[in-house]
Amino acid sequence: MDNAEHMHLIYVILAAAVATFLTRIGGYVMITQMKRIPPRMEAALNAVPAAVLSTLVAPAFLSGGWDVAVAMLVALAVGLRFSSLWMLLAGWLVVMAIRHLLV
Amino acid sequence: MAVVAPESFLHDKRRFLAGRTWRFSRHGVRVALRGTVHALAVDNGFSVFDAVFMSATVYAGASQMVGIELFGHNVQPWLIVLSVFAVNFRHILYSASIARHIRHFSGLQKFFAFFLLVDPQYAETEKRAERGEPVTFAWYLGFGLIIYLPWQLMTLLGAIFGQMIGDPKAIGLDVLLPIYFMGLVLGFRKRDNWLPVVAVSSLASIAAMHFVGSPWHVSIGAIAGILLAACLPLSKRHEEPVTLEHEV
Repeated sequence: MDNAEHMHLIYVILAAAVATFLTRIGGYVMITQMKRIPPRMEAALNAVPAAVLSTLVAPAFLSGGWDVAVAMLVALAVGLRFSSLWMLLAGWLVVMAIRHLLV
Repeated sequence: MAVVAPESFLHDKRRFLAGRTWRFSRHGVRVALRGTVHALAVDNGFSVFDAVFMSATVYAGASQMVGIELFGHNVQPWLIVLSVFAVNFRHILYSASIARHIRHFSGLQKFFAFFLLVDPQYAETEKRAERGEPVTFAWYLGFGLIIYLPWQLMTLLGAIFGQMIGDPKAIGLDVLLPIYFMGLVLGFRKRDNWLPVVAVSSLASIAAMHFVGSPWHVSIGAIAGILLAACLPLSKRHEEPVTLEHEV
């Protein structure tokens, strides 16, 4: 990459940083315009973590291949009783066993 | 801006340390995992400096990967920035939801708080508030830095040693991120309407992935679950005062 191209990349990165910061402050700016939070809005906000994080899990379950799906099911079972470190370990062991021992 | 009394500063300092060491291992796994992914950056024309510069300023892993990938394909700059915005759109929901817990931060503290608002930071702040523990700036910053600083280090190492890591699938790295997020989802299972929200968001995100495409499936799936929670009958808990519950 020459110098002009490199500066172009730096500008794109800075613009991406500003765009990201806007997403991180945007919700706060909107919500603080309101005097008080109605109960239904509060119920909606309480659902944010599970709702957003689920969308990062479900597609991977379907598109990751059957070995990933089996590993995620095992990790889910482990997660009902143990911490997420054990989930990661169990899922990783299962996927490694399938890939290197079975297939 | 509120003046911090000396004793509360000492108290905060302890919290800072607690925040730093707390569950270090779990986040260490995730940070290490993400670092390896930055190896890709070098293939797409990013120098080691560029990769670290992007991690330090954008600080949003998934969107960085999208940005790097698009830049490698010579896509127009505005489209790259718009894609980064779309991938990070979920942070608008985080920032609206976290407002209740960080209202007491000063302006400058809020600036840093929002800059550091990544997935684990958001999840742990919500959990801490749910346990009835105070969300102090010292705790928030302490927790934030143990993700931010190793993340920069791993980007540096990933960019330098990237070529040495072969196929991430062969060493099972691809399975770790979805399982990590699944662990975070499970962490909220005591909340009202957790199962219907998770079910609807999951199904909606899969449908959106199929019919609309990535990264919009995140926002569409999330909004489906959030709308459901707003429409379902409200629990009695909203009428009663909040009780402090300590869970392990």
